[in-house]
Order: sequence, then structure tokens, then C-alpha cells
Amino acid sequence: MSQPKLQVEHLNLSYGPFHALNDITMAIAPRQVTAMIGPSGCGKSSLLRCFNRMNELIEQARMTGRILLDGEDITQTATPLVTLRKRIGMVFQRPNPFPLSIFENLAFGVRIHELAAGRAIPQIVEHSLQAVGLWDPLKDRLRRSALRLSLEQQQRLCIARLLAVQPEVLLMDEPCSALDPIATAKVEELIHQLKREYTIVIVTHNMQQAARVSDATGFLLLGELIEFDATERIFTAPRDPRTEAYITGRFG
Amino acid sequence: MWQRWRERFIEKTIAASGMFSIIVVILIFLFLLKEGLALFRTVPMTDFLGGDRWYPISEPPRFGVLPLILGSCVVTLGAIVLAVPVSIASALFISEIAAGWAKDALKTGIELLAAIPSVVLGFLGMAVLAPWIKYLFQLPTGLTALTGSIILALMAMPTIVSITEDALAAVPRGYREAALALGATRWQMMSRVLLPAARPGILAAVMLGIGRVIGETMAVMMVTGNAAVIPRSVLQPVRTMTATIAAEMGEAVRGSDHYFALFAIGIVLFAISFLLNAAADLFLHQERH
Repeated sequence: MSQPKLQVEHLNLSYGPFHALNDITMAIAPRQVTAMIGPSGCGKSSLLRCFNRMNELIEQARMTGRILLDGEDITQTATPLVTLRKRIGMVFQRPNPFPLSIFENLAFGVRIHELAAGRAIPQIVEHSLQAVGLWDPLKDRLRRSALRLSLEQQQRLCIARLLAVQPEVLLMDEPCSALDPIATAKVEELIHQLKREYTIVIVTHNMQQAARVSDATGFLLLGELIEFDATERIFTAPRDPRTEAYITGRFG
Repeated sequence: MWQRWRERFIEKTIAASGMFSIIVVILIFLFLLKEGLALFRTVPMTDFLGGDRWYPISEPPRFGVLPLILGSCVVTLGAIVLAVPVSIASALFISEIAAGWAKDALKTGIELLAAIPSVVLGFLGMAVLAPWIKYLFQLPTGLTALTGSIILALMAMPTIVSITEDALAAVPRGYREAALALGATRWQMMSRVLLPAARPGILAAVMLGIGRVIGETMAVMMVTGNAAVIPRSVLQPVRTMTATIAAEMGEAVRGSDHYFALFAIGIVLFAISFLLNAAADLFLHQERH
């Protein structure tokens, strides 16, 4: 395998006395979709939030171990969070567009990172909307509030908002759990397209979704990475009996 | 049978208590109107609203309310200009930055500020602030519109801070996370996402702050110098509508034009307060949608 995009080494995370992640080691390949599955509370969202260090918003969170992004340790205190979060973007469970216009939502990241100014901004807005298939339906309504869109469009907009800052990695925390099946299918299709250019890590509750969209899958249970392998292998010939039990629906 | 009567009686009593406040407001308004409008039997409305001289006991008397309205406006505007930035900053600090004891201490401090009787603030304004202002700007007197504005800003702050803080707290956590996860700094998150999201609530807070300030009487009467002239600068003494009513009501002969004129000022004040409250309500209502 080529150099991994993200390399996790002996990662531990605790919230106060609660040990959320236990000695996780894994490598995430570039331009692939990596899915993390596991029952509620297994630590998959916590793991995702280690990559962009969003756990640090929680006062008692403590992380040890290393995470390398292109070989560079991003868990150091000296790591600039602003740049890190520009390179590693995140899509949340509930679509959370800002209560601003569609245009301003997309321009937000461009403005805070000073990636462009003046007439270049509308261009970036157009490109990002095109990338998520929203340009045609929305191009005449850019000044409208983003909160008026349907949930699916809101989630696409949130993805477009990320793409506007040219990230390298997209973290998706159950991006379809607020959507209906048709909208889910559309967003999955979008994920499929996006992996040509981005490294995607997706957390999902839905095992069919993991099987459909991902190239590699990790199974987490009570903060431990039980098994991590090619998706095909995990779903057809899991090595660990706990993985098999979970994917065949015996618990979770 | 007895039970049914009792239920009805209790229900009616509760309903009547609920209606009581509305009835009182209506009665006060009617009384104000009756006494205030009596002025216009002898003094034309244009002389009252457009007149630039308030000489109620000269001969002939002049009831031009313009200097008083402008006096109130200058003092209020000054207070709001001073209070709003500081209040929004405090609310941001309390809701987003401070944690633990600092947060509690600040909240308590601001509540205590609201608990200081206005006469005490007026007293401090007279004894401490006015001499400073006199010295600082080399004025003949420190009792000016600015002095009033500063004292009133202190009185408006608790209202504005606490309502703004509520508005900030009501902004969903998802917005904050989304902004930070995009690489925004804390200040960018607050200025570009949080404040716009909380804007209706903040506007309502400002409206209620203005309402608090424009109706205040005792402190302004003590520190603004009470000269009923059209203000040309904030470093001049001014007289507000509230101070005029409070100062002159005791001396006005009941049933005289002077007496009616003071009620007419009351109508103007009532109308302004009513509009401010209605605007605040509108903003708060808008926020809920």
C-alpha cells in the first residue's frame, strides 16, 4: 500500500474516568472511503473527532498516542488547529448550515481562511455547489436562507461548504441518519463521486451503508478496534467472531 | 351541584386575575388620555409637539415639549451607544468564554448591578461622575447629558446582557461546531455565526434596554442638570420628559394647563414605551420561527 493518508498509532482517549478509545492503531488509505461501524457508544464518533481534534472542546477529554497526517504528527500542542481543520473537514449527523444565505454559507470558509477575495468567491461558490449537484437547482436562489432547504439539500450544502476550503480529508459522522432512504441514496452516490479527490472517513450505524460506500471498514466495540480490513473481507469473511456476530445482527 | 359551582367560581376568579393587569393598563391609558388631551382645548397640538420652549409658569405659559423629547432622546441614545457594545461583549464573554467561577461571578455581578436602586446610582453620578466630567471637559457644570447617559448605560446593561445571553445560549451547538470544524477561530465563530444567528434576540435586548432607559426618572433628574433647552451637544445640561413630570407634578395646580401638559408628556412617553415593547416583541417572535 502507498503511504497512508492518516496513520493512527496507539491512540487512547478518555473523558474523565471514562476510557472511550483503547489503543487504536490503523492506517487510512488516501482517496478511499473508510467506514467505521459498531454499536452506539463504541467510540466511533469519538475516533472521528480525534482526527480534527474536536474532542478538545470537551473539557475533560484527554488524548494520547499519535495521529499522522501525511506522516506529520497532528496531536502536538503546537499543531495549528485552524490549518488542521481546513485540511480535515467534518460533516455532522444533523445538517448544520449556518442561519445565513446559501451564498454566505459557502463563502464562510473561503473568507475565514482568506483563500480568495472579490470576484473569485462567487466562482468558488459555484464550483463547490456543482461538486455536490446543487448548482442547477439553487443557482437563482443563492441569497435565500440556507435553513429553507430540505434536509438532504442542507446536508449537501454542508458538504459543499467543506469543499470550498479545499480540504484533503472529509470526516462524516453518520451523515445520512437524519435523511430518508431516497435522500440517503443520493448522498451515498455523492460520497462515491467525492472519493476520487478526497480521503473519506465515514462513521455509520447502518451496515448496509458501510458495505455500499466503503473500501475499508473498521469494527469498533467498547473503544477497541476489533477488526480493520477491506470492506469485502469484513462483510464476507470476518476473522473475529464478534465482528461476525455484529454484522449478522446478533447485537448492536 | 355544589362542586360544579365551586369549580366555576375558581375558574372565574383565575380568569379575572389574569384580566386584571390588562384592565389596569387600559384604565391608566384612558386616564392619561382624558387628562392629557384636555390640554389641547387651549393649546394647539402643533404648539405642544413643535414648540421649542417649555416655560409652563411664565405669562403667557409656553408648553413646547420639543426640548424635553430631544433631551430624552439624547440621553437615551448616548446610554445605548455606551451600553450596547459593552453589554454584547459581556454576554459573549459569559456565554462563550468564561467558565466556572468567572462565569458565576460575572452573572451575579450583573444581577447585582440591576439591584442597585436608581437613586443610589444618581447619587454616585452627582458626587463622583459629575465632578470628573466637569474637570475632564473643562465645563461650567458636570451635570450634562453625557453624565446622564453614563449612569443610564449602567442601568440598561443588566437588561441587555441577560437577554443577549439568553439569545446566545439558544443558538444551536451545531452552528458552533460547524464553524470551528471549518477552521474558524473562536472570534470568527462568534462574530460571523453566533451574533448573526442571535440577532433578533439581541435587537429585542436593545429595545428593552432603551425602554428601561427612557422611562428612568430619578437618576436622570439628579445628574442631567434639568435645563429645558434644545440640546446642541452632549456636554450640555438637558431635561428629560420623565424628570419634567417628576419635578413639576407636585407644583402644578390641579386642573390647570400646566397639569394637563404634564399628562400630555405622559402620553408621549407611554406611546414611545409601547412602540419599543412592541418592536422587541416582534423581534423575539421572529426569533422563534
